[in-house]
Amino acid sequence: MTSRSDPSPTCPERTIEQVYRAEWGRLLALLVHRTRRLDLVEDALGEAFARAASRWPVEGTPANAPAWLYTTAYRVVVGKLRAEAIAGRKARLLAVGPDWEPTADIGGDELDDERLQLILLCCHPALPGEARSALALRLVIGTPTDEIARLFLVPTPTMAARLTRAKKKIVAAGIPLVSPARVELRSRLDEVCRTIYLAFTAGYTPGTGTDLLRTDLAGEAVRLAVVLHQLIPDAPQTRAVLALLLLQHARRDARVLAGRLVTLPDQERSRWRHDELQAGLALADELPAGSGYAEELRLQALIAAEHARAPTAADTDWAAIADLYALLEAVTGSPIVRLNRAVAVAEAEGPEAGLALLAAVQELLPANHRVAAVRGELAQRAGHREVARMSYQRALELCGNQVERAFLADRLRSLDQPTPPG
Amino acid sequence: MKYFVLLAGYGEMAPWDESTPEEQEAQMARLQAFSEACATRSGVDVLAEEALSDGSMATTLRTRGGETTVTDGPFAEAAEQIGGFYLIDAPDLDTVIELCKVLPAYDIEIRPVPDMS
Repeated sequence: MTSRSDPSPTCPERTIEQVYRAEWGRLLALLVHRTRRLDLVEDALGEAFARAASRWPVEGTPANAPAWLYTTAYRVVVGKLRAEAIAGRKARLLAVGPDWEPTADIGGDELDDERLQLILLCCHPALPGEARSALALRLVIGTPTDEIARLFLVPTPTMAARLTRAKKKIVAAGIPLVSPARVELRSRLDEVCRTIYLAFTAGYTPGTGTDLLRTDLAGEAVRLAVVLHQLIPDAPQTRAVLALLLLQHARRDARVLAGRLVTLPDQERSRWRHDELQAGLALADELPAGSGYAEELRLQALIAAEHARAPTAADTDWAAIADLYALLEAVTGSPIVRLNRAVAVAEAEGPEAGLALLAAVQELLPANHRVAAVRGELAQRAGHREVARMSYQRALELCGNQVERAFLADRLRSLDQPTPPG
Repeated sequence: MKYFVLLAGYGEMAPWDESTPEEQEAQMARLQAFSEACATRSGVDVLAEEALSDGSMATTLRTRGGETTVTDGPFAEAAEQIGGFYLIDAPDLDTVIELCKVLPAYDIEIRPVPDMS
């Protein structure tokens, strides 16, 4: 870390970004603990990061950057509380007075991972189901609202309103931040696992910008899954979500090469982390069949396990994967699952069979670039060159990620080559 | 903070006057247990509590275009079953939810009272 005596014009920005990714959730949880004012804390922490962005490049990065941010944000909150007091009014949403102090039992439990406490808060059953995971991504990981909107397939203003309403309810209804030992952890486990998986997904396939992967965000989600599994090792959800994340995350180094997306069949399998794959396979093999979200996670883990087991892409047991996707589609009814199933069926039975399954997906997800991209790929393989061209062009119109766009542009160009690859 | 706890419906229980004496006794015991649980819980105060007559005894006022009409019956059909309410001071929502599990198995609505001071 840069010292105060050695200010560097470029390093601090990098550091702020790193600190943001690593510390946002923990700092937010600590501030909520200390002030009980979720409505003020999020803005205050944002303000602290903004101040850091203007000061650190000039003054140098403080030796303890998270502590600097915490203190700065805390002062911002205290300033707002004073302003409220001077104005002679309490905020309508004030849950607990500004003199509130955390009780002694907070933080002294077997688990004092603040981020997990924040996740549990976000997954409170008094919050609307559609807001819980989104809120956890925003508060725990600091994912921008527009990215969350993209993950949940809703417009950004819709998501912003959903998040605002959920935060207001937390404060207005007095939903507490409590240590996990005190809550019925198991009853919130599905939602917690869903949140962790969505956070992982957010790091795995960002929709905009130049980085295809943000493995640190994905890694953070894996870390939460590991902690959760240590806490509750016998719950089927926690075992399944950890197995799934380990198996998918182990492929991270092979997914991008020279700034280009490398799809599964072309990945250099020696670049997979085989120790992590083994750990994931060991967990996946022992998962009992179940129901609900635990079963969803288990089936996804088994699909990832099939890929992990194949020594080469050609050895992949696509028929087994297609069967697993059919089960998964029955459990979820999700058009995204249908899309993936279409890919597996195309591999097992040929591109026409895949295209047949894809037809219904296109109506359900007309603005999804992956649907168009897959349709282009399958049409190309089936020899429908004009359908492939239209589909790739549509995918390019819809896709905001530069690395994925480069990949799609390549595929589009390949249509005009005498012997198209793939 | 203050919470308004509305006993909004009988849920799977029989209405009070259709319950057997044994069922009524069991419900009374749970109401009593709830009061005791509130009394012993630190930071919790029951500020007000009342049982209410059933919806057929209710009168509803509606003002439209400056004119107030008075009608027989509850405001909404769903309000027919409202059995009573508590006004409770408690540290947070989880505490209220935990305490309400001691009550007879009513359908219960919990509303925070906004701090207007």
